[in-house]
Amino acid sequence: MALLKVSGLAKSFGGVKAVSDLSFAVAPNQIKAIIGPNGAGKTTVFNLLCGVFAADAGTVEFAGRNISSLAPYVRARLGVGRTFQNTLLFDEMSVEENVMAATEAGLRLNAFAYLFRWPAVARAERQRREIAAEALKLVGLQDKARDPAGNLPAGERRLLEIARALGTRPEIVLLDEPAAGLNNAETDRLKHAIRAIRDRSITVLLVEHDMGLVMEICDEIVVLDQGAKIAEGPPLLIQEDDRVIEAYLGRPADNA
Amino acid sequence: MRANRRRLVNWLGIVCGFGLLASLPLFLNDFLMTIAVVIGINVIIVFGLSLLMGYAGQISLGHAGLYGLGAYTSAVMSTKLHLDPWLTIVAGALLAGAAAYLIGLPALRLRGHYLAMATLGAGVIMQIMFVELSGITGGPAGISSIPNLKIGHLILDQTGAYFYVVLAAVAVSLWLSLNVVRSQKGRALRAMHGNELAAASIGVDTARAKLFIFTLSGVFAGLAGGLYAHYLTYISPDSFGTSLSILLVAMVVIGGSQSVVAAGLGAALLTVISEYFRTYQDWSLVFFGLSLVLVMIFAPRGLFVETAAVAKRLVARVVKRRGPVES
Amino acid sequence: MLLSKVLQFVITGVANGAIYALIALGFTLIYNSRQIINFAQGEFVVIGGMAAYTFYVTAHLPLPVALLAAILVVTLLGVAFERFVILPLKNAASISLIIATIGMSIFLRTGAMLIWGKEAMTLPHFFGDKPWNIMGATILPQQIFIIAITLVIVVGMQLFFRLTVTGKAMLAASMNPEAARLMGIRSERMVMYSFAFSAALGAVAGVSIAPLVMMSFGSGAALGIKGFSAAILGGLTNPLGAVLGGLSLGVIESVGAGLISSAFKEAIALIVLLMVLLIKPSGVFGKIGTRRHAR
Repeated sequence: MALLKVSGLAKSFGGVKAVSDLSFAVAPNQIKAIIGPNGAGKTTVFNLLCGVFAADAGTVEFAGRNISSLAPYVRARLGVGRTFQNTLLFDEMSVEENVMAATEAGLRLNAFAYLFRWPAVARAERQRREIAAEALKLVGLQDKARDPAGNLPAGERRLLEIARALGTRPEIVLLDEPAAGLNNAETDRLKHAIRAIRDRSITVLLVEHDMGLVMEICDEIVVLDQGAKIAEGPPLLIQEDDRVIEAYLGRPADNA
Repeated sequence: MRANRRRLVNWLGIVCGFGLLASLPLFLNDFLMTIAVVIGINVIIVFGLSLLMGYAGQISLGHAGLYGLGAYTSAVMSTKLHLDPWLTIVAGALLAGAAAYLIGLPALRLRGHYLAMATLGAGVIMQIMFVELSGITGGPAGISSIPNLKIGHLILDQTGAYFYVVLAAVAVSLWLSLNVVRSQKGRALRAMHGNELAAASIGVDTARAKLFIFTLSGVFAGLAGGLYAHYLTYISPDSFGTSLSILLVAMVVIGGSQSVVAAGLGAALLTVISEYFRTYQDWSLVFFGLSLVLVMIFAPRGLFVETAAVAKRLVARVVKRRGPVES
Repeated sequence: MLLSKVLQFVITGVANGAIYALIALGFTLIYNSRQIINFAQGEFVVIGGMAAYTFYVTAHLPLPVALLAAILVVTLLGVAFERFVILPLKNAASISLIIATIGMSIFLRTGAMLIWGKEAMTLPHFFGDKPWNIMGATILPQQIFIIAITLVIVVGMQLFFRLTVTGKAMLAASMNPEAARLMGIRSERMVMYSFAFSAALGAVAGVSIAPLVMMSFGSGAALGIKGFSAAILGGLTNPLGAVLGGLSLGVIESVGAGLISSAFKEAIALIVLLMVLLIKPSGVFGKIGTRRHAR
């Protein structure tokens, strides 16, 4: 059974169709990518999945439950983690605290517990620290736990954002262009991290322009063009699909 | 380890600070003690406002109304219903919190300037109600002969004794504030202040977090109002106007909204200045207005926060010059 | 009898509302150029009235000259305000800007008190104080003047924004500052113009009501709140909405004060403000013209 199932999703902005009649599914433990030329509507799809925008039509099902009308924070609590194309870290916090902040999704206490410092708070705090340590280790940032997040170089910022998403204890993480702006060494670290995540039975859905990365690590690919799905399948088949070549690979000037 | 030691130092500092404050009545005369009591009352409101402004990133220009609501609730309940003032102060705090909740529920959907105006409007309406609901509130004349607080047979009508009550209330509200700030709650708030979209993506219910802080700040304001009413034993609507709301916000920003303690120091500074310059009030207000502008331009994080940052840099430089110190 | 009473409410309301409209326009202009609310807007009104008093009564200038001089002084004040306070806060958080304009309002208010004292002052009516009679209701020439000048300003502003280069540039900068900058429009300059404009509008409102109300240094706060309520009612970004908001607020207020109780008159504008903010923050007349959501 699919972990995430999108059916008939549509969204337009002021008459312009950003996404139209999009359906696909992500199986548990898969690494799946959404690719497409610039402006194909990939980030819009992410924002629809996470609830930043409400869809005009269609449904998003997660673990068998319709989450289409839920607020972003509720989806996060249910197990949909995400990162952002323009990395939105909390720069004033330490690396560790960025991830600890995210444990809000899985470890919630009522306000009075914090206000009066009930013992449960200290217990939860220990668990948060453990979760953070584990997530940081997974992406290879365990040595930088105490550094201010604002001091990290671009590649590690991406990794930290992934670790933060892991802090929510997600079943699926949505990564929005995780390799954008990274050099080769950094991309390699990213690749390792994504595989390590999958090895922890966390499903990965990513939007990515780096074709090398996508072809190498993904099990399946969805190709979007102008908001509509034009192909879906394993990397080898996608590479040979005529429509994909025409829409995407055939226009090399388009990919970043 | 290092974090633990820092926490220990922080708590030690706070305990020593309160010890020092507790000995103030030995040194200060009655006039200065009166100012100390007023400072304490303002500090309690400012703790809540600093959580609201510095951590939740929201603003309120109506807290004088909530302060007044606490004062009136406690005054009315203790004079008309003859309830124990200790109880009525708590009732006033809770009612002000409830009012904050009800105001915040719709108003916190607004942002920035819109929220400022909405809370300002709510505050002014509360003040108008204190005047117009004269059957309960005594109208423009207010309520007098509010009973003093009592411990057993000891009546706390002396400033020196009342100071300890206020000090205890300050300590409790500081404890509560720090519990919020130095916990996951504080982390979630800072996340939200940093970026609401990112905060939501990690499961922070931003609307609820804002409402929680707004309500808590209402409770603090109401508590302060009750303490004020039973200290002066007389209240009138004039004491709860927009200019006080503005003064309170000014205390927070001049002190530094992103630290509860710095905001408290801001409250002390502005209370002293406004009491000291009471006789030259006209001129002092001109400077007050101007200094708000100047602080926003040159020290937007607040005087005490910026000073602390400079001090920290200086210390770091000295330490560096002397070579690394094992810490 | 009833008709004349209703008519009287409407006349009083429209005349008061025209003043609110002028103040509201000031809020709208500044909000459009800089996305801030100027808490010192009411002080522009008061200083306008007070300065006119000084030029006319103390300096014995002819009335029209005194009025224009007052408006000019306040306009320059608006420019100085923008250059010395708003411009340095270019990258500041909205909380800082709120506090800074509040600080300016306190500064200007108490400054006015030090210059003009605590006494309320008033100007003579521009065209005499003999009321006209319309179907049992009365209207003062000064009120007619206020309505007329508001009309002239509204039409003038529309022409300015549609026909002049500066006006078009201001409009463009307000709708899309980034694009306007790329087109070579200096949006900082536009912010300065908008402060000059709204200060001038405030001063016009101030000199126009100076004959009708006793004005003192502290009158600005209430006028500011009413102007702001009117602007919010009209959608804050929409000049035409601000005018309609001002006129409706004036009428609501005079009807409310007449029918319910004059004690609550001060609360009416606030209640309107809160209701609009909480129910429909984009304003009742917000559909016309540019639309921008609460930020």
